[in-house]
Amino acid sequence: MMRKANELTYLKESASQTAGPYVHIGLAPKQAGFDIFDNNFGSVLAGAKTKGEHIRIEGRVIDGSGTVLRDVLLEIWQANAAGKYAHPADRQAKPLDKTFRGWGRGCSDFETGIYTFDTVKPGAVIGRNRRPMAPHVNFWIVARGINIGLSTRMYFSDEAAANARDPVLNLIEWEVRRQTLIGQREVRKGKVVYRFDINLQGPAETVFFDV
Amino acid sequence: MKETNATYGEFYQRDRTIHPPAYAPTYKTSVLRSPQKSLISLQNSLSEITGPVFSADELGPLDHDLIMNYAKEGLPIGERIIVHGYVLDENARPVPNALVEVWQANAGGRYRHKKDTYIAPIDPNFGGCGRVLTDRDGHYVYRTIKPGPYPWRNNVNDWRPAHIHYSLSGSGFAQRLITQMYFEGDPLIANCPILRTIPSEAAVRQLIAPLDQNAGVQLDSLAYRFDVVLRGARATWFENAVQDDDAMERE
Repeated sequence: MMRKANELTYLKESASQTAGPYVHIGLAPKQAGFDIFDNNFGSVLAGAKTKGEHIRIEGRVIDGSGTVLRDVLLEIWQANAAGKYAHPADRQAKPLDKTFRGWGRGCSDFETGIYTFDTVKPGAVIGRNRRPMAPHVNFWIVARGINIGLSTRMYFSDEAAANARDPVLNLIEWEVRRQTLIGQREVRKGKVVYRFDINLQGPAETVFFDV
Repeated sequence: MKETNATYGEFYQRDRTIHPPAYAPTYKTSVLRSPQKSLISLQNSLSEITGPVFSADELGPLDHDLIMNYAKEGLPIGERIIVHGYVLDENARPVPNALVEVWQANAGGRYRHKKDTYIAPIDPNFGGCGRVLTDRDGHYVYRTIKPGPYPWRNNVNDWRPAHIHYSLSGSGFAQRLITQMYFEGDPLIANCPILRTIPSEAAVRQLIAPLDQNAGVQLDSLAYRFDVVLRGARATWFENAVQDDDAMERE
């Protein structure tokens, strides 16, 4: 291809389109009702040997009428217990955990609308300009009726001091809205569960980020 | 972990004028599922520029062959096609090792999904999903059956043009994208309420795959060409606010 001097040759990102009602076929075929791949990506991120505090994240995604979405797909991406991402761009001097990729994909249950992830609590990661970020899990949410994937973060209710200093939470001018990003810690039958509901609209609309 | 030739920086600000708005009332389902408050603009940190890394051994040998990956007693019914193209970034550089996942209806316009009740029959030999990793040049290819159009209840006589759903995972989680590929010449493209949520005509055209007859197999399959562009990253020429080198391990 011939280029002209001083010509900017950027391309434009492809436009997003909704994941549609049948997103499960492509991204979670077992939930769509059939078995096709030997290896299925799923919502269990941590194995028995994964280091750190083993936790479950559980919640619902709720629309503007208060109805729970039963066809939503969520992905999470997080650091390991030491606060390092399993990715070559992360050059922090911290150990990787071979048993932990830090990525999971889950769907709301067709009956209850509840999604779950079984993972470990991440450590703190360095933020921009050397300001540490509080431990958090990055969320990406797609469904029928969602035209472009929604990005948000879950922080941890038992990290109040770190959350108060977190550079991203502090970007949110309305302190009351920061609460929408806090997963609430519970202990159920000895298992640590963080409840994290995501509201697409309404007075308690979850904070979504343009990343 | 060693750095490869790839560069990892902040992604360019997403150009929201080429994407559908969250609230697009002609696509009715978006009305109650669209955030109403402004998105909070975030400069990228490690949380956005990193993302899951996939390896070829996670995929099966037929995962990119939708003609064969669910064939039970015979071959699926419909037009045999090859779809290929490049996953590029906004700098026009290839995105290697990107996970491309696709799903679609069968030749009659019916999805193999518990929730699809359209009258067209399920094809016993067609699953309708596949996946492939891009090679070092960003190229991907899969083989499938051309999907059929189908009606859906938006307005009572709305029809989706033939399309294949795409999910793309590049090097950073902020590049994550879901889109759809359409077929050159499909008359339903002009009136599709979902495609028309996109405000830019150029962005619509970028989702329409041309027939690429040279890439087909003679007396066997037609081919379509579909390139996908993910967000591009900025080079860190002067400073790196994402991670300060003093705080990092030396390599």
